Amino acid sequence: MIINHPYLGPRDAAEFVYLGDASLLERPDWQSEDAASEFHDYLHLRDNVAGEMRELWFHEQGDRSWLVVTRNTITHEVIKVEMARDVAQKISNGAAA
Amino acid sequence: MRYSALEVLKQGLTGNKTWKPAWRDPEPKQDYDVIIIGGGGHGLATAYYLSKKHGIRNVAVLEKGWIGGGNVGRNTTIVRSNYMLPGNEPFYELSMKLWEGLEQDFNYNAMVSQRGIINLFHNDAQRDAYVRRGNSMIMAGADAEFLDEDAIRKELPFLDYDNARFPIRGGLAQRRGGSVRHDAVAWGYARGADENGVDIIQNCEVTGFDIKDGVCHGVETTRGKIGGKKIAVCVAGSSGHVMAKAGMRLPIESHVLQAFVSEGLKPIIPGVITFGAGHFYVSQSDKGGLVFGGDIDGYNSYAQRGNLPTVEDVCEGGMAVMPMIGKARLLRSWGGIMDMSMDGSPFIDKTHISGLYFNGGWCYGGFKATPASGYCYAHLLANNAPHPVAKDYRLDRFISGKMIDEKGMGAQPNLH
Repeated sequence: MIINHPYLGPRDAAEFVYLGDASLLERPDWQSEDAASEFHDYLHLRDNVAGEMRELWFHEQGDRSWLVVTRNTITHEVIKVEMARDVAQKISNGAAA
Repeated sequence: MRYSALEVLKQGLTGNKTWKPAWRDPEPKQDYDVIIIGGGGHGLATAYYLSKKHGIRNVAVLEKGWIGGGNVGRNTTIVRSNYMLPGNEPFYELSMKLWEGLEQDFNYNAMVSQRGIINLFHNDAQRDAYVRRGNSMIMAGADAEFLDEDAIRKELPFLDYDNARFPIRGGLAQRRGGSVRHDAVAWGYARGADENGVDIIQNCEVTGFDIKDGVCHGVETTRGKIGGKKIAVCVAGSSGHVMAKAGMRLPIESHVLQAFVSEGLKPIIPGVITFGAGHFYVSQSDKGGLVFGGDIDGYNSYAQRGNLPTVEDVCEGGMAVMPMIGKARLLRSWGGIMDMSMDGSPFIDKTHISGLYFNGGWCYGGFKATPASGYCYAHLLANNAPHPVAKDYRLDRFISGKMIDEKGMGAQPNLH
């Protein structure tokens, strides 16, 4: 798989470390009433999509940036690559990720 | 028809005219007592033990493709019960005992071969961990044997003992472990279940569940609607995809694991060997091919194929422990989809939807568990209560804090 890094161009996926579903960016509020159950779901449950999935990749052997990669889990095709920082910024600004 | 040497002889002398297909190809009925989704090893074993042990015979096994075409035909055929934790070891030991009597039980040659498994260790800390694991195994009624370097050298003279980074210091052996012909396991269970009246329905994909007011009444399939009192999902690899149709999210990610077979060689490896410093396991098939594998690729995937960096990583592991493997040419490689659970252990449990049951999360240890998985799932379906050795395989264990974290690494889907 080739991941098209927004700044560094096409890079071999072997340079990256995989974390998982990009929903991990959306950490629950620890002060909410049902924080315990929200954190259970956040930590352990996954959509486990068959098809297009947004996921977090870390460029460990490169510029050590976190990326949000949209990838098809059935074909391994990489569709879109964004900087995770930008995505997280959008989320904290209240826009839908 | 009972298979026996006498039957083979009789058929051979009379022109092989009266052999029958090993199972029927029935049309789905309107209603069943139990519908098992997934005609893999675990699903067919569940149907077999339901019909044989619990007398529940109005059962259908629905399979999207053909039976045994998924993970039961895509693994490295290793069976063993060398686990450590109390939630796991008694279960896997039950599985080992079922393997030992399996062929006589279902009257089918599954080529169960107890040629032994040896886990190598390379340093003091690893030795201590293996001694502890061996003791846990013995306490659960399994067999374990500690081997020092000299004993391993005698048995496996071809390994790289003096490797500067990973010298081999000894190993933990389980002599009753070994390998089983995986396809024959699916076929044997299918034939046994079919004989007991179970309908095995192939080319029948489940497209939805009929759930009303928290009760599951049946499934929708590509061959029409089928009603059932109990619906038992058993589709490890595709669990997330199937359970999403029932609106459930699971503590599971689907990952791809690759496996490899070399060209046929003369007998060289007596049993199963695992490398303790990397992730690599190898055995030799009866045809002579070296069957080996390593880590999962490490990213979510539903594609039954992996990528080259993992091929390289697995082969490096092989070269480190057994340099002569470099002389063998690779014949085939393939990928299978694993249900990677968050603590590395499986689930055999009811769901919050009445009448809907779940079996999955086998990571890549599902093949060895096939008999016990079917046995315990059938027990759960028949009695509505978990079998004693599978009582910890609960879906809510991450809430209750009773994780079965064999590696002690916490909530991570890519543990094993």
